[in-house]
Amino acid sequence: MNPFSYTRPTGIDEAVGLFTPDSRYIAGGTNLLDLMKENITHPEHLIDITRLPLKDIEETAEGGLRIGALVSNSDLAWNARIEQQYPLLSKAILAGASPQLRNMATTGGNLLQRTRCYYFYDADTPCNKRQPGSGCTAREGLNRIHAILGHSEQCIAVHPSDMCVALAALDATVIVKGIGGERRIAFADFHRLPGNKPERDNTLAEGELITAVELPAEEYATHCAYLKIRDRQSYAFALISVAAALQLDGKLIRSVRVALGGVAHKPWRNPQAEARLVGRPADKNTFGELADALLVGATGFNDNQFKIELARRAIVRALSDAIEGAA
Amino acid sequence: MSSTLEPQGVKTVATCPLSIEINGHPRQLEVYPWTTLLDLLREQLHLTGTKKGCDHGQCGACTVLLNGKRINSCLTLAVMHDGASLTTVEGLAKDDELHPMQAAFVKHDAFQCGYCTPGQLCSAVGMTAEGRANTPDELREQMSGNLCRCGAYPNIVAAIEEAMPATREQLARNSKGEGQ
Repeated sequence: MNPFSYTRPTGIDEAVGLFTPDSRYIAGGTNLLDLMKENITHPEHLIDITRLPLKDIEETAEGGLRIGALVSNSDLAWNARIEQQYPLLSKAILAGASPQLRNMATTGGNLLQRTRCYYFYDADTPCNKRQPGSGCTAREGLNRIHAILGHSEQCIAVHPSDMCVALAALDATVIVKGIGGERRIAFADFHRLPGNKPERDNTLAEGELITAVELPAEEYATHCAYLKIRDRQSYAFALISVAAALQLDGKLIRSVRVALGGVAHKPWRNPQAEARLVGRPADKNTFGELADALLVGATGFNDNQFKIELARRAIVRALSDAIEGAA
Repeated sequence: MSSTLEPQGVKTVATCPLSIEINGHPRQLEVYPWTTLLDLLREQLHLTGTKKGCDHGQCGACTVLLNGKRINSCLTLAVMHDGASLTTVEGLAKDDELHPMQAAFVKHDAFQCGYCTPGQLCSAVGMTAEGRANTPDELREQMSGNLCRCGAYPNIVAAIEEAMPATREQLARNSKGEGQ
């Protein structure tokens, strides 16, 4: 790691005020320090935000939950309110990383983790995300883990998070603070597609700090499932993951949500296609229709064509599992 | 040895004070901000029981208990843990009496080369404290952050299963002791 200086503010405004273009906030550090060791990121200054008062999970006025940005992934997954009201979120978190990493990694940091594209991590190869304009080695390289949706000429990386796939399905809101004040970002607008600026993973302005994630008071606890397909049964990133949640009127769909992980630069949803399923029978034909709609325009590369059919089957299976209850 | 911890660039960055309790002993230290908790233990304090495997949070050899919770010491900065209490593999035994988890690993021959063992032990104690592993499948899943290249997994699982009740009792006694 390159040398850097270090400060440890105790107030949110103080932390935001300390930010300079060559600094980075650090909380759990499980991704940032790895990137620093690999010389992918080399901040001059670290602002340790772990002493900020952002560690609570509180009920919102509307009956949802507000999760402080510093709540660890373990504490969040095992919080009694989360397990009861948002089991989809617990399941997704517990499907990711290892217990040791989940004990350190934070809610805000999980949103900001960077892609595990091999070439992004390999400073000896061109990568538009790491070095804008240098080229994308993955397009013609090993691309088994890469995107099938929303990719661009410049970048075919995928977002690695499991937690974010559930947050996308649950219509979470990200609350951020900058020197200009606080702002709320709908989860669908937080992460972005690579386009011609793959170096930007999300829509945070420079120096903005995530302070909380809010979950709306909606009932998706009864029928939900998180299905993660990966090369080994545990402690691996998703090839495909599906967060599925339903509300049912008997055998008919009252509401359905599906978000996909491992397929794009951000969790992938299609709210219009979800809305078309309202009132339809909750069966495999209907689920297949939604899967087809989610995968419209999907294109793979040399090694990841299999993901398109795998995603289709995983969507149908996750929704079928969700009908059975929380799986 | 400590040269790797000194600044490599031209600029000079001051060390930071760090108060931390390690295996029951309060320590007043000075650390460079970029010193990981693992490098502090091994290079500065010569507590070499905690192992450096991958140094990227992928193998679990560096697992320690920070305020009772298992973490990868390679992926955190020492300076961030001012005021914390740390237990490494050196702190599990009481004098000559092995921790129940250590005794079970010996009994079940739960290692070959032994390099992953300190991390396996700390992780298993941390997992017991979490109280979420109630079946062998759950145990395997929740130990997945600790790799064993010798493949001693069946014996590791057997050892942990056997030692969990005694470890729970010891954890309960310790937390009672702290409350007094």
